[in-house]
Amino acid sequence: MKKLLSTVALGIAALTIGQAASADPSRTAKLVIDGTEISTHAKGMAGGPLDELYSGWLFRSDETRALQLDDFDNPAFVFVDDGETLFNKVDGSEGKSCSSCHEAGDFKGLRPVLPRWNEAKGKIYSMENYINDCRTERMGADKWKWSKPKMTSMVALISLQSRGLPINVATDGPVADIYEKGKELYYTRVGQLDMACSNCHEDNYGNMIRADHLSQGQINGFPTYRLKNAKLNSIHARFKGCMKNIRAKPYGQGSDEFQALELYVASRGNGLSVEAPSVRN
Amino acid sequence: MRSLAIASIGAAIFATSAFATEVAPDSVTFGEGGTVATSLTGVAGDPASGRKLFANRKLGNCLACHVNSELSEQQFHGEIGPSLDGVASRYDEAKLRGILVNSKMSFEDTMMPSFYRLKNGARTMKKFDGKTILTAQQLEDVLAYLKTLK
Ligand code: HEC
Ligand code: HEC
Ligand code: HEC
Repeated sequence: MKKLLSTVALGIAALTIGQAASADPSRTAKLVIDGTEISTHAKGMAGGPLDELYSGWLFRSDETRALQLDDFDNPAFVFVDDGETLFNKVDGSEGKSCSSCHEAGDFKGLRPVLPRWNEAKGKIYSMENYINDCRTERMGADKWKWSKPKMTSMVALISLQSRGLPINVATDGPVADIYEKGKELYYTRVGQLDMACSNCHEDNYGNMIRADHLSQGQINGFPTYRLKNAKLNSIHARFKGCMKNIRAKPYGQGSDEFQALELYVASRGNGLSVEAPSVRN
Repeated sequence: MRSLAIASIGAAIFATSAFATEVAPDSVTFGEGGTVATSLTGVAGDPASGRKLFANRKLGNCLACHVNSELSEQQFHGEIGPSLDGVASRYDEAKLRGILVNSKMSFEDTMMPSFYRLKNGARTMKKFDGKTILTAQQLEDVLAYLKTLK
């Protein structure tokens, strides 16, 4: 019933009396990777749904958090390496690789603004859409599946270029309606258990739901390496998992619904730092 | 052939009569404040079965959200709802049954699932669509267990 994170004082009290003190979100832990501190906390937008924004990293156990402190320990980096190999690999009828036209470093600043409106295509674009466009239209290669390892590895490599930069998605202009749709999805109760994302990630972050410590369900750390399945997980795959847990039929990965939800959830973290690729349980 | 047909009619009648006393989810009568006064099955609940259902992640999964000291051998207790220690001293049987059948009749907009109701959220997975989370008897079993938490 208590919001552990709402005040530091309350949090400390909970630490001493709480039944699961080991899983409490840390208010002292600092995410310092290779000497660079990445902020895991930010103020929410005025009038927004959350006054304080917290990275999911703060809600994980000491052991899980530690894995993200050093890129050599971070199991997600095996996949970043795969992404790099794919980046340089010629594929498709045009005899090109990504590196024929891009350097990975060119993508610095891209992760924080996605998803966003693509004027030429007349639709909202996630990173996966951009990657597949280059593959099909510029390389003459096949699309990659939204959440399969090749795609998640490439998304991890590109997202990493923006690590530490604040999330800053636009919610107005051409995406205004999509944003509203995402918001509606976020607050709509679904499934046999009849719950909305907000029941867990807005009303109850900081609380334990059985063995899980509920976070705000932020997406600044995606793609995420999960100890549970030992691979990188896309944003849409996580949404799917949460919907299935409440016994709701998930929307498709890459669907309009999940892209709208991605935009809305991203906007709830505007100001949090990109943390990709993160480690979660 | 003939005797087979008769046998199956007999089985059908038997099945119907077994159900005759069970209240269907859509026919539950609620009293003042979301109470449900009469048993859903007419068969006394089994507290030992109810205790198991309380912890079972696929059925009651009450521990996901509630602390319950009586189940201290279970490692993880959630903290979404109030502790259920002593809950039987706070509520009578009709109120507890009502909370389980349709929690929303007792607590407006609560996150607690309604365990014996068909109208749940949109997009319910096929496997669970048109089904209640607990059967009538399972609900009575959980209720019998709750009544021991004094
Ligand atoms: C033949 C050249 C070419 C190849 C090969 C190519 N791209 Fe692109 N890519 C482009 C062009 C041109 C754009 C559009 C740039 C713009 O509109 O600003 C682009 C855009 C992108 C964008 C969006 C960038 C932004 O800032 O909007 C991403 C991400 C991207 N490419 C990733 C990849 C990946 C990953 C590969 C390999 C799988 C790849 N590209 C292969 C030429 C290429
Ligand atoms: C019944 C509670 C519940 C509901 C409802 C729920 N989730 Fe979750 N979600 C969890 C749990 C538990 C986790 C893992 C621990 C954590 O990070 O909160 C999680 C994790 C996440 C994460 C990963 C956070 C991170 O830092 O890696 C995202 C993103 C997420 N959920 C989004 C959603 C969205 C979007 C919805 C609505 C479609 C939703 N969730 C509905 C329980 C829920
Ligand atoms: C997803 C979380 C969740 C689950 C699962 C859940 N509950 Fe609850 N329950 C709550 C919340 C939250 C409340 C507080 C009511 C409100 O929303 O104000 C509550 C209230 C109650 C109350 C009233 C307690 C009081 O002191 O007022 C009882 C009794 C109860 N629940 C029993 C159960 C039982 C038995 C189960 C399993 C069959 C169960 N609950 C499953 C969340 C849950």
